[in-house]
Amino acid sequence: MFYRSSTSAFDMSVESFNSAEHLENARKQADERGLDKVLVVDIDAHHYETDNFKEILELIEDPVLRQSATNMFAYKGPGALLIDQPGYQDGAGRITRYMERKHEKFPADGTPREVAQTLRWMDAMSVDYACIFPTPMLFMGLHPQVEVEVGLSRAYNRWLVEKVLPANKRLRSMLYLPFNDPEATYQMVKEFGGKPGVIGFMVVSTRYKPVYDNAYMKTYALLEEMGLPLSFHASYNWNDQLISLTNRFITAHALGFTLFNAVHCANWVINGLPERFPKLKTIWIESGLAWVPWLMQRLDNDYCMRTSEAPALKRLPSDYMREMYYTSQPMEMVNNRKALEVTFEMINAETQLLYSSDYPHWDMDLPSTIWDLDFLSEQAKRNILGLNAKRLFNLDTSDRF
Amino acid sequence: MEVFVAKSSAIAEGQRVLIDHKGQKIGVLRVNGALHAFLNLCPHQGGPACEGMLIHKIEEVIDEDKRYLGMRFHDRDVHMVCPWHGWEFNVETGASAADGKHKLKRYKTIEKEGDVYVVV
Ligand code: FES
Repeated sequence: MFYRSSTSAFDMSVESFNSAEHLENARKQADERGLDKVLVVDIDAHHYETDNFKEILELIEDPVLRQSATNMFAYKGPGALLIDQPGYQDGAGRITRYMERKHEKFPADGTPREVAQTLRWMDAMSVDYACIFPTPMLFMGLHPQVEVEVGLSRAYNRWLVEKVLPANKRLRSMLYLPFNDPEATYQMVKEFGGKPGVIGFMVVSTRYKPVYDNAYMKTYALLEEMGLPLSFHASYNWNDQLISLTNRFITAHALGFTLFNAVHCANWVINGLPERFPKLKTIWIESGLAWVPWLMQRLDNDYCMRTSEAPALKRLPSDYMREMYYTSQPMEMVNNRKALEVTFEMINAETQLLYSSDYPHWDMDLPSTIWDLDFLSEQAKRNILGLNAKRLFNLDTSDRF
Repeated sequence: MEVFVAKSSAIAEGQRVLIDHKGQKIGVLRVNGALHAFLNLCPHQGGPACEGMLIHKIEEVIDEDKRYLGMRFHDRDVHMVCPWHGWEFNVETGASAADGKHKLKRYKTIEKEGDVYVVV
């Protein structure tokens, strides 16, 4: 792999890549902290479905869409069906694994490459179980053709459930919901809800459909009845009218990943959905944590003055938000420990926070980011790293512990 | 204690060598003609900071009317980038380009008779 730098003397060529070598220091950290003896469940990890796109396209049920996608793929690659965004996730080559991971080699022992690669980084980071999500599909909620999101997500979910999850019990997923089509969303839950390895369902929050729409109520009711959590996974839309005012990826990312989840979460609470579906667990993924205290305080303050506009609520908005679940990454921890500690208190982190790595993405967090927090008790660390997830998803961890 | 790293010729401008000393990896590199050595451990989350890209610092071009005209590479300052998340470090000081407070551990280097040593 060749990386161009600012001058040819600094251009870099890398012969080969191995996730375990890339994460050698993570392995050392895990050993130093004894993390192999601690249950670590990673609730937000990724793979690149585009690595297997041809295979996935074959599973599209609609023959017209499948035929057109197959031919488009032949000349256009994965862009055939996906909708892309401008963005610089790899930091212009600085995060070298973006390019390298595609060329990683594995022994031909019959394990799907997808699975072998995931297990390799999981072992390095001492992650026992990982909930895996797609990557380029995180923009599909912006696709102008609703039927394309439906067709591709059904194909992807089938591929995941039939080919990937059965290959190893350590891999789980909350399946992608084609939320722009409420009926297809409902059917997806109905059809895939009980499949092995499926621990819930996921809505990519980057889209323009309100969660309070009556069309979704039967899906929420079904999820509640099945005891499966509903998660909202953030991404960004640089073409969003507001976010398009930003001119750097750093800004589009910092704001975009937060705002979509904040809007859906505010709608979820103010429309009283926690009262309508008291047993449905919701999880907010990959927006960091600092937005939660901000939203809690904004909503509580307004609610006391405008209670009549949210008549379904029986408690303060923050009381409902404290019962929701949040994933940890990307945790804001650079220079204000006190703010982080207050955030942990405000979200009841000891019971509601779920460790997530987001590996292999550029802003991934290692388990040590939780383990090394000096304001947490050892029990709190164990809860956040794995026990909260075990309880929430009713995970059978007997094959590891 | 001086630890042999490599022949001088093996560390040309922009090149680097990583050595293992008692279980710790040390990266030795040559930039702008000078040798620099750092522990291969990033102060962020412990990534292999010496294994990433070398690239000149990027700066904004602002004219005398304070208007932004674009970006350019600095003509001297070079950063070493940790490949895990992209933290950048000035190769002459080892300090983080972001806040200057987080630093890579530095080692003294010695070059004599065509050989490079690091002092640990
Ligand atoms: S560990 Fe080096 S940038 Fe994060």
